Amino acid sequence: MFFDFARRNVRLHWLRSLLAVLGIIIGVVTIVSIGILGNSLVLAISDSLSTVGDSIIVTPHAGGMGFGGGGSTPGLISDRDVEQIRRAVAPQVTIPVYSGSSRMKIGTEDTVGVIYGLKPDDIPILLELSEGTYLRGASSAMVGARFAKNNDIKVGSRISVGDKGSLRVVGILEERGMGFDINPDYGIVVDSRWFEDAFGQDGYDLVIVKVKELTRIEEVKSDIERQLNRRETVVDVIDTRAILDTILTAFGQISTFVTAIGGISLIVAGVSILNVMLMSVTERIKEIGVLRSIGTRRKEIRRMFLYEALILGVIGSGIGGVLSIFGGYAISIAMLQTTEYLFVPSSLIYIAYGIVFGIGTSLLSGLYPAWKASNLNPIEALRHE
Amino acid sequence: MEEEINEICSNGSIIRFREVTKVYPLAGGDVRALDGISLDIAPGEFIAIMGPSGSGKSTLLNLMGCLDTPTGGDLCIKGRNTRGMTDEELTVLRRDHIGFIFQQFNLLPLLNALENVQYPLTLKTGGRDCTGRCREVLAAMDLDESLFSHKPGELSGGQQQRVAIARALVNDPEILLADEPTGNLDSKTGTAIMALLDDLNRNQGKTIIMVTHDPAIARYARRIIRIVDGKISSSGGEAAALANVF
Ligand SMILES: Nc1ncnc2c1ncn2[C@@H]1O[C@H](COP(=O)(O)OP(=O)(O)OP(=O)(O)O)[C@@H](O)[C@H]1O
Ligand SMILES: [Mg+2]
Repeated sequence: MFFDFARRNVRLHWLRSLLAVLGIIIGVVTIVSIGILGNSLVLAISDSLSTVGDSIIVTPHAGGMGFGGGGSTPGLISDRDVEQIRRAVAPQVTIPVYSGSSRMKIGTEDTVGVIYGLKPDDIPILLELSEGTYLRGASSAMVGARFAKNNDIKVGSRISVGDKGSLRVVGILEERGMGFDINPDYGIVVDSRWFEDAFGQDGYDLVIVKVKELTRIEEVKSDIERQLNRRETVVDVIDTRAILDTILTAFGQISTFVTAIGGISLIVAGVSILNVMLMSVTERIKEIGVLRSIGTRRKEIRRMFLYEALILGVIGSGIGGVLSIFGGYAISIAMLQTTEYLFVPSSLIYIAYGIVFGIGTSLLSGLYPAWKASNLNPIEALRHE
Repeated sequence: MEEEINEICSNGSIIRFREVTKVYPLAGGDVRALDGISLDIAPGEFIAIMGPSGSGKSTLLNLMGCLDTPTGGDLCIKGRNTRGMTDEELTVLRRDHIGFIFQQFNLLPLLNALENVQYPLTLKTGGRDCTGRCREVLAAMDLDESLFSHKPGELSGGQQQRVAIARALVNDPEILLADEPTGNLDSKTGTAIMALLDDLNRNQGKTIIMVTHDPAIARYARRIIRIVDGKISSSGGEAAALANVF
């Protein structure tokens, strides 16, 4: 019955109710859309990261003096160190990597690109091929997808690397996305022996350890550290999962924060409901007096007004929930140029959040007016015109 | 203490005032609306309360209806002392035992005639369907069936007051309180309404307390209580009171 009363009253003042509902709709659509955008962003980023978190990356200790500890050249990892790592982590795979950059000439075009020197056997573990073959012969090269595209490189093309000689392209790599280990998309991959000959480098720039059992990452990491950093810190050891976690947590926090800002629009909507409800109370003072005089209890008056807020909230949040699918779609297209992260549970859950917050805000805004209505003095209310 | 409070109430009166005062604290000084009222009303009485404007008639009626509480003294309704009752208890007492009839009718504008009558019953029974009883009560007020679905705005004053009386009666209260029930009606309609109240008093034994300015209306009552300045100046029988009026 109180529900029925509330319903009639919402209908009677439909224009006013409509405006309040509109406020809630906008509020819900805003937070849901922003929430979905944030979530899609996180998903998109984790997708664009090549790493699934199964690697440990060993780099020369940043800022380390490298006083020949273990005989390594400052800023590089010596063969001996690599062997120590290999022994420490066995049976996990250890991949030493040379990396550098150089001017390159493709046909008549001059450009700059990254060069990675890898042992031919290690390449298939790290990289996928899209065309051609893996390295064959010392002066062959594989080219990153973006680099190939930007410079119009095909299997069979030739690349001159500075004054170091010329390479024949035997394969094009699959696009890999941003990685924490190597980023060959914008560069080329060559045989490590060719790299040694060409650049005369007597140490590796980094060592990648692939860990098959993800649960053992911590263990393997400390094995390496124990082996190499016994006397002084020679290398830095990081695992990609930790970086991944840090990045995703950071983005998650940003997206939560932005969603909270969207929540301000819900607060505005709440204020508009508060306003509508207070008007409703003021307008019906006499009626409340009558209701009280014929035996309506305070809590029943309260309930009546809360129902009114609830009706506005449910309608607003419901419509808002539906519209926010479109809102999420639009904002995904606009910001990410894709909707592939829209229809996934972690995005859609924001619709539920939005609806819950919408209804919650409405009820919260109805509390004070309901309290006010139920505490009116019945006689004064009756006398009110 | 509890015992003592209730002792005061157990004399068979349906309504009992013992040294009741009502003071409205105002910035410019307190207003003593009722000043030491003592009054016993027996079940089945039909009482008119008369007195000059501002003398405290409405205040007295509102106290009887538990819409307000005395500043001092004891007020008993149906043998129960209202002192110390919570708002909730007072409301339930009012809902189940007291019916209000107003000068302004005070029907709920959103509800039609039948729904207005249903409302208090639903409050009491918690929403069970009760159209049968409500139609009965409405019909007993000589309201035409065809008007049951009309909103208050579509009814005449007399018709509205009939609906209001039906609403007051639907929970079968022992006490009916009416503040100038004919004040907004022409004399012919007023007479018809009074005939209804008279019938309720005589044939259903309802205790009726009515505030009125109109001696012709007061004549329906069998006792007249006169109030001046918040004090009872006479609370005699019909003859004495009317002698005072004319
Ligand atoms: N809520 C209030 N606050 C302050 N004073 C009040 C209040 N209600 C009533 N009074 C005062 O109490 C006195 C009695 O008022 P009451 O309404 O009972 O008079 P009444 O006899 O019903 O008058 P009328 O015949 O004009 O209806 C008046 O002086 C009035 O001003
Ligand atoms: Mg009055």
